[in-house]
Amino acid sequence: MKPNLTIGPILFHWPAEKKLEFYARIAEEAPVDTVYLGEVVCSKRSPFFEQYYEDVAERLTRAGKKVVFSSLAEIMLKRERNMMAGFCEIEDHEIEINDASALWHLDGHKFRVGPLMNAYNEETLRYLAGKGATHFAMPTELPGSSVAIMASAARDVGAGSEVQVFGRAQLALSARCYHARAHGRIKDNCQFVCELDPDGMPLRTLDGNDFLAINGIQTLSHKYINLMAELPQLREMGITHFRLVPQDVDMVAVAKIWRAALDGVISPEEGQKRLDALNLPAPFANGFWHGQAGVKKVAVERALASL
Amino acid sequence: MRPPELVCPAGTPAAMRTAVEAGADAVYCGFQNATNARNFPGLNFTPGELERAIRHAHENGTKVLLAINTFPPAGKVDLWRDAVDLGARLGVDAYIVADIGVADYIARNHPDIRLHLSVQAAASSPEAIKWYCREFGVKRVVLPRILTVSEIKAIAREIPCEIETFIFGNHGLMVEGRCSLTNYITGQSTNYDGVCSPAADVEYRRDEEGNLSTRLGDFTIDCFSCNETAGYPTICKGRYLTPARNEGYYAFEEPISLNLSSLLPDLMAAGVNALKIEGRQRSRAYVKNVVSSFRKAVDAIMAGEEPPLADLIALTEGQKQTEGAFKSKTWR
Repeated sequence: MKPNLTIGPILFHWPAEKKLEFYARIAEEAPVDTVYLGEVVCSKRSPFFEQYYEDVAERLTRAGKKVVFSSLAEIMLKRERNMMAGFCEIEDHEIEINDASALWHLDGHKFRVGPLMNAYNEETLRYLAGKGATHFAMPTELPGSSVAIMASAARDVGAGSEVQVFGRAQLALSARCYHARAHGRIKDNCQFVCELDPDGMPLRTLDGNDFLAINGIQTLSHKYINLMAELPQLREMGITHFRLVPQDVDMVAVAKIWRAALDGVISPEEGQKRLDALNLPAPFANGFWHGQAGVKKVAVERALASL
Repeated sequence: MRPPELVCPAGTPAAMRTAVEAGADAVYCGFQNATNARNFPGLNFTPGELERAIRHAHENGTKVLLAINTFPPAGKVDLWRDAVDLGARLGVDAYIVADIGVADYIARNHPDIRLHLSVQAAASSPEAIKWYCREFGVKRVVLPRILTVSEIKAIAREIPCEIETFIFGNHGLMVEGRCSLTNYITGQSTNYDGVCSPAADVEYRRDEEGNLSTRLGDFTIDCFSCNETAGYPTICKGRYLTPARNEGYYAFEEPISLNLSSLLPDLMAAGVNALKIEGRQRSRAYVKNVVSSFRKAVDAIMAGEEPPLADLIALTEGQKQTEGAFKSKTWR
């Protein structure tokens, strides 16, 4: 099967114009197969882009991309519960769920399992497949040794398997908004200050080292995950989908490099060189994949790249 | 009003005896491996220890809840199944679980043993809770520490199972079961190794001026001058720099403990069935003080008296306490 290159949902609170511009470019220029749309992080942000989804989805579909809608990841308030109930009624497109509350609404309907759903093992995978799951995006911290087993279990139940190969790691969720807190506000009165940081708000240690990035209630890694060197290994495992998580960088350029590498037009080494040449704002890391600290960059020798 | 169950931490056999004797209605504990979320060196039970501890607890009318509340990573599921089967053989009164696969295994193989949904499952809405109840026959949910009392009250009206809430101890800021910060820095996962800020990766470093840096892995989590008390380096309790601030600040939360003693009557009136004290990593003296204080408080409230709780503040982290998310939405 041809490997599927995907663009994950935009995690940041970009202004509507910026998102529209982003998806216009993705539709026209990015050689990706699937685009995930929707607000995953903060329910307060949702209304800003709600009115555009139909047009964006249509534009992407006309450009030959498959559109999947991703759900919120934290459901607590009445407003969020209602949003999730409505989300689960989407019929025109596939949906990806990121919170267990969706399972209550989805009884019997098909769905994709998002990376924030905590499907860590083959038993959970099989159980959810029995409930209608057709596709599994792996938790970011799951090591490659476990992902291999998940990919095989997914194949056995006829489901897809997806790994994030590019972008900051989603490390934590909270009920508290840390963006608001940094600006001396609270979540209910945040005035959408997260809009100031289109690639996340940097947190550095007291001795000045880059550490984390804040995105509202979410905490991300400072470093970008990059599994280009592991690509042969991922292919061999039978991973069907390769996810690029949008950052505030030239994602079309990133997608073109990945497409070429996935299609075997360029080698992973060449892909890595081209990614390095983009001069991205944060260094790369791949530790989670190798069962080590996620922040680490583990050197991958070509000989070891296929297990 | 029915008296709520006081659920107390038992990190060791000695702590369990202490909690039982101090008036715990139930104790919770785990095995010495990654199957529970407090997989720290020197803590938890061997099978033989748990067998003896359960006998002692049951003789005193105390229930024993077994925490198997981490997420088995693919390929390692057997360790979790073995823990479940062993718990059944030893006669635990309930399992506390987070993983869907583990819950399913228990529901199919040990349907007579109560199933509690761990806080690590992060079920924060009635729909999520109802799904776990319907699928696996969950009898009780441990609610995330992110809800206000009035939100808990509203949830209680909508779900078919009991509610357990934390009332005292560590005040985790991230949604539990959804935090990979420790793994990002140390390579040990909270979700599948049961580890948060492992001691083996902690370092205290003093400079020439006497300032003490607390570090986790390769990163400085906080720095204390001579006249400050250094805290344990937990990522979500550290101080960091960001452009919006002139100096280092607690980006997530200050080192502070959860203490809901003043909200106890409200929680009990809200329909909370069980009150949970955090702290399996704590000393016997701590367990004794906290459990006996809350025992007196709950009994006083049930008798319609004013609960005596002044002593508890001395036990909180840095003597600083908070009602966290429970009192008001402004915490968020």
